[in-house]
Amino acid sequence: MQIEDRVMDEQERIGFLLRSLYAEYGYSRYRMSKFEEYDLYSRNKDFLFSEGVITFTDTNGRLMALKPDVTLSIVKNTRDAAGTLQKMYYHENVYRVASAEDGFREMTQVGVECMGGVDRACVAEVLKLAAESLQACSPEYVLEISHLGMLEAFVDSISTDGKMREELLQCVVEKNRHGIHRILRENGAAEAAGEPLRELMGLYGNPKTVMPRIRALAEKNGTAEYADELGQAAAAFAGTGAEGRIRIDFSASGDVKYYNGIAFKGFISGIPGSVLSGGQYDRLMNRMGRKDRAIGFAVFLNMLERLTEGGRENA
Amino acid sequence: MLNIALPKGRLGEKVYSMFDRAGFPCPALMENSRKLIFDNEKAGVRYFWVKPSDVAIYVERGAADIGVAGKDILLEYRPEVYELLDLNVGKCRMAVAAPESFRDRPDRTLRVATKFSRIARDFYSSRGRDIDIIHLNGSIEIAPILGLSDVIVDIVETGTTLRENHLEVIETIVPISARLIANKSGFKFKTEQIEQLTEEIRKEVEEA
Repeated sequence: MQIEDRVMDEQERIGFLLRSLYAEYGYSRYRMSKFEEYDLYSRNKDFLFSEGVITFTDTNGRLMALKPDVTLSIVKNTRDAAGTLQKMYYHENVYRVASAEDGFREMTQVGVECMGGVDRACVAEVLKLAAESLQACSPEYVLEISHLGMLEAFVDSISTDGKMREELLQCVVEKNRHGIHRILRENGAAEAAGEPLRELMGLYGNPKTVMPRIRALAEKNGTAEYADELGQAAAAFAGTGAEGRIRIDFSASGDVKYYNGIAFKGFISGIPGSVLSGGQYDRLMNRMGRKDRAIGFAVFLNMLERLTEGGRENA
Repeated sequence: MLNIALPKGRLGEKVYSMFDRAGFPCPALMENSRKLIFDNEKAGVRYFWVKPSDVAIYVERGAADIGVAGKDILLEYRPEVYELLDLNVGKCRMAVAAPESFRDRPDRTLRVATKFSRIARDFYSSRGRDIDIIHLNGSIEIAPILGLSDVIVDIVETGTTLRENHLEVIETIVPISARLIANKSGFKFKTEQIEQLTEEIRKEVEEA
């Protein structure tokens, strides 16, 4: 007897569909407990999507938390695998603050994590899986890719001051090009110093159109190697049928304390925020005492709840 | 069709005239009527008036593709939106004001009355100052007069209300003006239309 589609809601259906997809690509299921020691999250607060964790004291007196995030637990509970590649997927509930007014919410995530000898082929595979995951949700999707190493180098060429860097990176996330000028003015720097970054922010769209200009800009700023990595990541989609859905966009950024290299976000027509988010997080691995590299992404299933009534109608 | 949320009131009317001059007119919008939504299919735009502080919510949640919101609202609520353009209208500043006789005593917790709790908290925490936030929804100026707070953090346009109540600006936190904002997902699927509109409005801003 087979499970019929009609007994599942949209979130469940897509969740199982994505699990089958990841299993087909050779990823194995990673299961974890709903709780984790609070200490893990308090040490990596900025990595979490939202502030606030539900805590409780266990029978042995230890302070525990209901998982607000999956990646941290996987990093903590797996071992260094340099030389090999661990490919895992998960389907878990997490507990986060949706907004100050809404309080905590239970959210369902499906995602993949690759840890160990992450090379360009692995990055390409994960990106392709991200595109296929979005396609499984709706054919009207966009996957945007950026390179945090390159973005950071452009920001560092303006300033290495922590606060100013943070503000500049926030402007990139907001596509706020006028804000770059304001920050430079307020910090007594010449507006011209921000021009390369402003130009980089303005280069978004189809890789075929924007990559030549990004490469030219990278040549001038000594980041040709990063542009090459970005170009290769985008080239992974050649002949897959997804080419038209891929965009280069540096606003698809992540916290540079944890992420580095390729970062990406996925959008579906009719759903207001990103439904997929991922990237390389070698820095998180490093902070947690691991020497190997990592890349992964998560699909936020709760955002797909309105897909049938909103997304597909609008698509 | 681009859905555009405009802030009700004088600022919204000023902003609409910029959109109008930029080639996105919808004359019905300025007529007195009970209609809430106004279309101009030919120009590919649909406007609606909303409460100024709600524009960012409409845009963040995708009910509007773009909208016009004050930087004060963006700083206070941090919506997940793109901030595409500074429209250079609705200019004012977020400032700290206090009674003319006010002398700060750093050994005491500073009581701050404001509608903008987050902006006030961020400003004082960047200086390591311990404060007590008193969140009010209006008539902020009255708080220090009645001894409810030591200072206020509020928007100051001309300073007339402050002067009339014997208050003065003691520090500017950040300059404020209206910004063109866009929904992140909407931007991906209506890129060309939003870019075209932004470009035309940019020209209007530069000419002004």
